[in-house]
Amino acid sequence: MSLWEYANPQKFMQLSRWVLPFVAAASVLCLVIGLAWGFFWTPDDYKQGSTVKIFYLHVPAAMMAINAWVMMLVTSLVWLIRRHHVSALAAKAAAPVGLTFTLIALATGALWGQPMWGTWWAWDPRLTSFLILALFYLGYIALWQAVDDPDTAADLTSVLCIVGSVFALLSRYAVNFWNQGLHQGASLSLDKKENVADVFWYPALVCIAGFVLLFISLVLLRTRTEIRSRRLGALLARERMG
Amino acid sequence: MELRVDQLAVARGGVTVLEGVSFALPAGRGLVLRGPNGIGKTTLLRTVAGLQPAAAGAVSAGAEAIAYAAHADGLKATLTVTENLAFWAAVYGTAAVEYALAQMNLLDLRDRQAANLSAGQKRRLGLARLLVTGRPIWVLDEPTVSLDTASVALFGDVVRGHMSRGGSVLIATHIDLGIEAEVLELGPYRARDGSQSSAFDAAFGGDFA
Amino acid sequence: MIALLVRDMRLAMRAGGGFGLGLAFFLLVAVLVPLGVGPNSALLAKIAPGILWVGALLACLLSLDRLFALDFEDGSLDLLVTAPIPLEGAVAIKALAHWLVTGLPLTLIAPVLGVLLNLPEAGYFWLVVSLALGTPALSVIGAFGAALTVGLKRGGLLLSLLVLPLYVPTLIFGAEVVKRGADGMATATPLALLAAITAGVAALLPFASAAAIRINLR
Repeated sequence: MSLWEYANPQKFMQLSRWVLPFVAAASVLCLVIGLAWGFFWTPDDYKQGSTVKIFYLHVPAAMMAINAWVMMLVTSLVWLIRRHHVSALAAKAAAPVGLTFTLIALATGALWGQPMWGTWWAWDPRLTSFLILALFYLGYIALWQAVDDPDTAADLTSVLCIVGSVFALLSRYAVNFWNQGLHQGASLSLDKKENVADVFWYPALVCIAGFVLLFISLVLLRTRTEIRSRRLGALLARERMG
Repeated sequence: MELRVDQLAVARGGVTVLEGVSFALPAGRGLVLRGPNGIGKTTLLRTVAGLQPAAAGAVSAGAEAIAYAAHADGLKATLTVTENLAFWAAVYGTAAVEYALAQMNLLDLRDRQAANLSAGQKRRLGLARLLVTGRPIWVLDEPTVSLDTASVALFGDVVRGHMSRGGSVLIATHIDLGIEAEVLELGPYRARDGSQSSAFDAAFGGDFA
Repeated sequence: MIALLVRDMRLAMRAGGGFGLGLAFFLLVAVLVPLGVGPNSALLAKIAPGILWVGALLACLLSLDRLFALDFEDGSLDLLVTAPIPLEGAVAIKALAHWLVTGLPLTLIAPVLGVLLNLPEAGYFWLVVSLALGTPALSVIGAFGAALTVGLKRGGLLLSLLVLPLYVPTLIFGAEVVKRGADGMATATPLALLAAITAGVAALLPFASAAAIRINLR
C-alpha cells in the first residue's frame, strides 16, 4: 500500500468522500474561532488601532495564495514524472482557489492600506508581486480552458507552471529591486526575535490553520468535480465509439 | 532497413482507434494501408513517423530512417519551387534538388513562387521533398490527392524507382499507383469496445464513489 | 540550422509586413503617448525610458502568434519535427529569426523615438544597449508562449496573457537601465541582471518550448 494508490481515481474518490466532511468542518471551526478571537478578544494595536484586525484575513490569505502555487508546482511535477491523473486534476482544481486567495489578499490589503498609508493602492513590491501572481494564475487557468484534450492540457499547463514558477521568483526579485516599498516586513516568522505579541499570534495561528484546512477542502471538492467531469467525458467518448 | 511494427495500438483524442497492428516492411517493398474513413490510417502513419506516442506496442525503425508526407505539403507560398526544395535539402544534408525537380517534372516551374502553382503542382513539389530527404522509408498519407492521372503515373514511377534502390514505402491510399505492394486491410484491427487509451480513463468503470 | 534561419528571414522579408508592422506600432506608441500625456517635456523625459521599453515589448508581442502558427497550418512544423535537426535548436533559431526581424530593428529605431519623447542625452546609449541585450529575451520567451498556444483557436489573445507576466523581469531591468543611464547613475547592476536573464532564457527555455510543441502536435 503506497501513497500512489490514491492516484487511482476510485481510491481517491472513496478516500476523499470520507475525509472531506471532517476537513471542511475543522476548517469552519478554526475560522469561526480564530476570526472571532482575533476580532473581538484581542486589544487594538497601539499604532494601527483596530484596523490591524484585518490582519487575520490578510496574512493567511496571502500565505495560501503562494502555497497554492507551490502545491500546483508539486502536483504538476508529479503529473509530468509519474503520469498520475489525479495529480494533474488537483493542480487544475487548485488554480481558481489560489487566484481567489490572491484576490482576497489584494482586496484586504487595499482596505488595510487606505487608513494606514492613505491610499488604496501603491506600487509597493509586495503588492506588485501579488498582482503579478494573479496574472500568472489567470494565464494558467486560461490555458487549461483553451485546450480541448485533457491530457494535452495537463501537459501544457504543467510546463507553464514550472516555467512560470521560475519567472515568478525572478519577478519577485526584480520588483524588490525596482522599488523598496512601504509594506511592513513579514509579521510572522519562526526565527525572528521581533515578532508580533502572543496575544495576536495565537488567534492568527488558528486563522492560518483554518485557511489551510479551507484550502484543502476546496481543492478536494474541486478535484472530485474534475474527476467526475473527466469520467463523464470518458463515458461519452466510450458511447460514441459504440 | 526494415520497418517492423509490433502489436501497435494508436489513439486519437484519448480514444484507442486501432490495436494489435503488426507488420514487417522489408527494404525494397511496399505496403498499402486500406480501410474506411476514420478508421485511423492517418493516426497510424503519424505514430509510425514518430509524431505521436504509441498507446501500446512498438515501431522498430528509428524515426531518423523515415520520411513522412501528409495532406499538408509544408510549402512556403512566398518561396520559389527551388528555394522550397533547397531548404529541405539543406536540413537533411543532401544535394538532390536538381534530381528531385527532374523526377517530379518541375524543372520548368523551378523559379515560380509556390503561391502561383496549381494544387496538383504544389502536391508534386510536396512529394519532391521526399527525394531530397535521402531517407529509406517513406511514410505517405494519401499522396495522390489533387494529382491528375499523368501525375499519378509519374509519382508511381518515382515510388517504383525508390523501391528499386532499396527503399520501402508505407502508404495509405485509395488509388492504384501501379506499384507492387502488399495490402493491409485495417478493418480487423479496429479497437473493439472503444477502449480508452489511458489507464486513467479505463479505470472509470462500474461503481463510483 | 542555418538553412532554417535563412528561410525564416527570407519569409519575413517577402511577406513584407514582418518588419514594417512592429516598427509602425512602436512609432505609433511613441506618438500617441505624448498626445495623451501632454507636451510637457520634463514629464516626457521622465517617462520616456518606460514608454520606449513598453512600446518595444508590445511591438515584439505583435508578431509572435505567427511564429509557429504558420508552420503549423501549412504542415511544415510536422516535417520539422521529423527532420534531422533537434527541435530545441529549431525553436532557438526561429526565436533568433524573430529577433532579427523585430527586436533588432526596434533597437535601431529606438533612439529616433527617444527624440520624440525628450529622452535626456545621457539615456540614448543605454537605451540602445538595454534593448540590444533585452529584446532577445523577449523573442525567446515569446517563442515559449507561441509554442504553448500553437494549434489553438484564438491563440493570439491567450498568447499575450501567458507571455506578458513572463516579460516582467526583463521589462523592469531593461527600463531601469535606461532610467538610471538617463539620470547619470550607475547602470552596471540592472544591466548585468538583464544580460543574465537573456542568457538564462536563451539557454534553457528552448527545451520547454520544444516540449510544448511536441505535446501540441501529438
